[in-house]
Amino acid sequence: MDRFIEIKNLVKLFFGQGILNRQKKAIRAVDHVSFGIESNTVFGLVGESGCGKTSLVRALLYLDPPTSGEVWFDGTLLGRLSPQNLRSFRKRMQIVFQDPNSALNPKMRIENSLAEGLVNIKYPGQHISRRIKQLLDLVGIASTHRSRFPHEFSGGQKQRIVIARALCTEPDFLILDEPVSNLDVSIQAQIINLLMDLKAELALTYLFISHDLNLVAYFSDFIGVMYRGRLMELGSTEEVMKHPYHPYTLKLFSSIPGQQTTIVREDDIQPEASLDGKSAAFTESCLFADECPLGDRSCREAQPILEDLGQRHQVACFKV
Amino acid sequence: MLSEKTNYGPNLVTGTTNHHLLDIHNLDVSFQQRQGIAHALRGIDLCLKSGETHALVGESGSGKTVTSMSVMGLLATPPCQVNSGEIIFQGRNLLTLSENERRQVRGKKIGMIFQEPGKFLNPAYKIGEQITETLILHFEMTRKSAVERALEFLSLVGLGKNKRVLNSYPHELSGGMKQRAMIAMSVACHPALLIADEPTTALDVTLQLQILKLIRNLKEKFSMGILFISHDLGVVKEIADKTSVIYAGKIVESASQQQLFGNPMHPYTKLLLLSIPDAAKRGSRLRAIPGTVPDAEHIPGGCSFHPRCPLAEEECRQEIPPTIGYGDGHSAACFLIGKRWIDS
Repeated sequence: MDRFIEIKNLVKLFFGQGILNRQKKAIRAVDHVSFGIESNTVFGLVGESGCGKTSLVRALLYLDPPTSGEVWFDGTLLGRLSPQNLRSFRKRMQIVFQDPNSALNPKMRIENSLAEGLVNIKYPGQHISRRIKQLLDLVGIASTHRSRFPHEFSGGQKQRIVIARALCTEPDFLILDEPVSNLDVSIQAQIINLLMDLKAELALTYLFISHDLNLVAYFSDFIGVMYRGRLMELGSTEEVMKHPYHPYTLKLFSSIPGQQTTIVREDDIQPEASLDGKSAAFTESCLFADECPLGDRSCREAQPILEDLGQRHQVACFKV
Repeated sequence: MLSEKTNYGPNLVTGTTNHHLLDIHNLDVSFQQRQGIAHALRGIDLCLKSGETHALVGESGSGKTVTSMSVMGLLATPPCQVNSGEIIFQGRNLLTLSENERRQVRGKKIGMIFQEPGKFLNPAYKIGEQITETLILHFEMTRKSAVERALEFLSLVGLGKNKRVLNSYPHELSGGMKQRAMIAMSVACHPALLIADEPTTALDVTLQLQILKLIRNLKEKFSMGILFISHDLGVVKEIADKTSVIYAGKIVESASQQQLFGNPMHPYTKLLLLSIPDAAKRGSRLRAIPGTVPDAEHIPGGCSFHPRCPLAEEECRQEIPPTIGYGDGHSAACFLIGKRWIDS
């Protein structure tokens, strides 16, 4: 396996429990998603809220084991590991959450927060202090501040500490779940630069989730566009940005604010489409068909699958 | 459909053609706290014509929301204290009005859209009751005609002319629908000024574009003035006619949209624009602004940006730079404009 991470046909269903424990219709949060991430690259995952990005990430880490499908991590099939092995394997993959305020325990000094992970992986006790200093240096926090509490730091500093904590088990795969969207504009660039440096220094691989398309376009090498649990388009950032084929990708990119060309003075106040309920249904059609400007009957009768257009650019659409 | 000349009451559209609709002059607001005095606004000047969108951009803690809250008169005093300045709205200084007179203005002539519609809609009341409440209060409408008007406005914001939305509770609507319902609520009284406090921050990009378009359409339809508060320069570029950049309670640069994005003057504006990632900057490092935003209790002396400014000179540390106009409504507060320049 040449890819570092390989996901094949990943499906995650959620079963609601109805009255008297009768099973409700399953919700397809992640629907046959396959992609690979090469070592030391950044894979950007974009999509609107509720499209299954977080479910995908949780399934990928086996925090919520996927309903079906395979996750290969550096040649190992995660589904086949025993719970103990999975636990020790998981130190190779870590996650940085969106909100640093809720990710850090407010009652713990940051050195204890950092040490917790090290103790958990049975790091030799006498070296822990040195390792914490090393980690704080890495993310640019003065190690004299190690005995402070989280509230004594600014948002950007807290996010640096969260990154340091994710790095304490020496992972080689980091999942960044909207790591800068809670930060101020002038601080965002600092954190992005830090993440770039860490990637080069520690040979990390990132799965980067964001709704900020400008940022994803800047930061990632590959982009996957997700819509209601399915991958709609997949390819290198240059390719997808230059030639977005899928109508949904086009819609998403034309919504990026600040591009003056996109202003269309049309009077299209469309009624809000309610997505609830629809996503629960098993539909054998293109999920975007109802909103798609190109959608016709064939889109509603069969489900398009990702097809390669060359240069590893894949699109799931009949109209390409 | 709603006729555009609907007259809701006397003196609604008077005297707003030539004068500024809203004129904030040297507004200085501080908060008394246990830890000391937080100087939230330190002399804000801002003016807005009807039919114009004026964006106020700044990072968190820079005083954007305090500005909008002072215009609305929603700040509790104490702890808030207005030290000096005036807010002139349609020829009257809002700060000298009595609470009763204020209430006449609030909601009726100045509408407000908040950042998180989920938080500002009352979860215990149906959407319809919340929209008609203001109409009944301000225009002494009967319940029946208020419901009709509410329906008209719901269809205007794209929720369709059905009673279903009116009869739902906020939790039954999606985020975008809630935001639309809130916009309907705030424009239902036909305000002359609409304050939009980060109206799209909590929304997805595709929804964000829809809401921005909606706000722009409503502005043109009712020729409202809009004070648009945001931290997102991309959104501002999309919607604003004029933009003011606020930093640590002071407006550092104010210019028309083309001027600000084409020819930014203040180092802070310039660095902010440079630090925004996009596809064109791939492969190169982002130009980050070092340091952090000062909090309102410890604003550095002199130019408040000097600790983070790569150009700062001795003068910047000593004195507060005055705001100087450079023609065409472009003004900036920096000593070094024309002297030194950040290379991009």
